[in-house]
Amino acid sequence: MSASRTRGRWRWLMYVVLCLAASFFLMPVYMMVVTALKDPAEISLDTAWQLPSVWNWASFADAWQAFLPKLRNSLILTVTASATSAMLGSLNGYVFAKWPFPGAKIVFALILFGMFIPYQAILIPLFGFIRAIGLYGTIWGLVVVHTVYGLPITTLIFRNYYTEIPDSLIEASALEGAGFFAIYRHVVFPLSLPGFVVVVIWQFTQIWNEFLFAVSLSNPASQPITVALAQLAGGEAVRWNLPMAGALLAALPTLLVYVVFGRYFVRGLLAGSVKG
Amino acid sequence: MRWRKHTNQITGFLVVLPSIVLVAVFVYGFIGRALWASLTDWGKDPSQALALNPVTRFIGLQNYRELFTGFIDGRFRQDMVSTVFFTVFFLAGCLLFGLLLAILIDHKPRGEALFRGVFLFPFALSFVVTGTIWRWLLQPGGGVNQLPTLVGLRPATFEWLTSRQQVWRFDWNDLPVIIGLLAAATLAAVAVVARRAGRRRRAIGFALGSAAVLGLAVGVAPGWRPLPFPELHGFNLAFIGIVVAAVWQMAGYTMALYLAGLTGIPEELREAAVVEGANEWQLYTRIILPLMAPITLSAMIVLGHISLKIFDLVFAMAGPDNAWTDVPALLMFITTFRGNQFAKGAAIGVILLVLVAMIIVPYLRSQLRKGVRE
Repeated sequence: MSASRTRGRWRWLMYVVLCLAASFFLMPVYMMVVTALKDPAEISLDTAWQLPSVWNWASFADAWQAFLPKLRNSLILTVTASATSAMLGSLNGYVFAKWPFPGAKIVFALILFGMFIPYQAILIPLFGFIRAIGLYGTIWGLVVVHTVYGLPITTLIFRNYYTEIPDSLIEASALEGAGFFAIYRHVVFPLSLPGFVVVVIWQFTQIWNEFLFAVSLSNPASQPITVALAQLAGGEAVRWNLPMAGALLAALPTLLVYVVFGRYFVRGLLAGSVKG
Repeated sequence: MRWRKHTNQITGFLVVLPSIVLVAVFVYGFIGRALWASLTDWGKDPSQALALNPVTRFIGLQNYRELFTGFIDGRFRQDMVSTVFFTVFFLAGCLLFGLLLAILIDHKPRGEALFRGVFLFPFALSFVVTGTIWRWLLQPGGGVNQLPTLVGLRPATFEWLTSRQQVWRFDWNDLPVIIGLLAAATLAAVAVVARRAGRRRRAIGFALGSAAVLGLAVGVAPGWRPLPFPELHGFNLAFIGIVVAAVWQMAGYTMALYLAGLTGIPEELREAAVVEGANEWQLYTRIILPLMAPITLSAMIVLGHISLKIFDLVFAMAGPDNAWTDVPALLMFITTFRGNQFAKGAAIGVILLVLVAMIIVPYLRSQLRKGVRE
C-alpha cells in the first residue's frame, strides 16, 4: 500500500519538509522551556536562544507559589462545569437521538447555534445577570456560565453518539416494559463511556483554556489561571522566566489530557465541526 | 405501544426542557437584551455607569451610525478592516499548511504518529498560553528576529507587534464601491460556475444580478460617501505576528480535519487512478482535492468564525491597548468594561454576531439537512 503512495526518489524531501514543520511547531516550546530555566539576570534578548548556563528551577517554584490558588480555581471550575454539562448533554442527546418530540429538529438546531455565537454579543446582559444573582466574582458564576454554554456541544456529541445505538435495542427494552429512565440507565448509559470520555475531555480543554468569561466575570480571588497568566505576562518590564514557567504550568493539564487521550481528543475536535 | 412511545416522548421533552430554557435565556434572551441595549444611550451619560439601575433612553440606530460613520469611532472601522485581512491570511495559512501536513502524513512516513502529535498539540493549548509564548518570541530585539544570527546573518529588525506600517490602504468612503465590485464579481463567478454545470436559467439569473450590482457600484455608490472627510484604512503589518501565532495554533486542527477526509478515501480509488496512469500530482489535483472540497468548506467556516471572534490571542500577545493589533472583539471588551460605554459595546457585539451568523446559519442548515438525508 505504502509503495503505491511514495516514490523512493522523493521520500527524503518529504522528511525534510516534515522536520522543518516539526521544528516550527516545537520552536516555541524550546523557547518557553529554556527561558523558564534561566536565571532572570541571564535572560537577554540577543542570547534568547542559548541554553541556560546554570539550570535555575526556582522559576517553577515561584510560578507554582503564585499560581497555586488560580490553578485550584481553574480545577474546581473545569471539573464541575465539565461534569454537569456532560451529564445534561448525555440526557439531551438521548432524547434527541431516541425520543425526538415533535419539533425536536428545529429545537436542536436552535440549541446548536449557541455554540457558535461570539460571546461578546451576550456579554453585557450576562454580566448583569451574574451580578444580579450574586455570583459575580465567584467561581460558581463561571461554573453556571460554562455549563450553559457547554450544552450545545455536549448535546451534539451525545446525540451523534447515541444515534449509533441500534433502535432495536431500545425497542426490545421497551417491549420488556422498561420506561424512559430505565432504558437510559440499563441500556444507554452503560454504553456511554467512550462518549463521556470524548465530551469530558473536550469540555475540560475548552473550559480550562477559556479567557473571555474568565476575565469578565471573576475577581482576583476567583481568577482562573488564564487570566492570571495574561496579567503576569502583560505587565510592563516583565521578567520573562516567570511568565514562561507559568505558561508551562497552565498548559500542562490540557497537554497531559492530549497526550494520554489523544484519540478521543481528535474525535471531539471532529465533532466540533458539526458533522453528523 | 404507540401510547408508550408518546409518554416517552413527553418525558423526553420534560428532560430537555431545562436545557431549552437555559439556552433560550442565555443565548436568545441575552441576544435580545443586548440588541435592545445597543439601541439606547446607556453609557453616554457618565451617571449611568455608576447607577445600579441606570435610566436609559431609546436612541434608535445612532450607535451603529456612529460606529460606521461617526467622527470618533475610526478605531472601530480600522478594527473591521483588520479583522477582514486577518481572516483572509489566517484562513489561507491554516488551509494551505494544514493540507500540506495532512498530505505528508497521509504518505505514512516513519514516525507518523509522532509527527501528527507534534503538529496537533498547539490546539490543546489556551490562546493565552500561545499568546504569552509568542509575545516573547516576537520581541523586536530577540526571539524570531535573532534566528538569522544562528546561521551567521545579521538579526532582523522587524517590529512584530508594534509596527506602524500599513499597506493596501484605501479610503473608507470608497467602501460602498469596493463592496459593490466584490459582490458583482462573486455573483459573476457563481454565474460562470452555473453555466459550466449546464444550469442555464440559474446562470442567467446570477449574470443579471451581477450586472445590476455592478451598475449600482459604478453608478450610485460613488455618490454615497459615509464620512465628510477622507479616512484611510489598510492592513497593519503588526498583524503578521498574530497571524503566524494563530496559524501555529490552528494548522494542526485543519490537518486533523483533512486527515479524517483522506483516510475516508477508498484505497481502490487511488489504485485505479494509478493504474490509469495518473502521476502523484494528477492523483491529488484531479481526484483527491475535489473530494476534499466539503472539508475545506467546513474548515473555512469553523476557522472563519474563530477568526471573527479572536480575542484572547490578541489580548495575550499585544495587550488590550495596542491600537495596531486591535480587533472588534477586543474593542467591545474595552468599550464596555473600561469605557463604560455599554450601549456602544453592545452594538459592537451585535455586529460581530451578525457577521458570524451570516456564515454559521447557512452552514448549520446545510449540515443538518444532510444529516436528515443520510
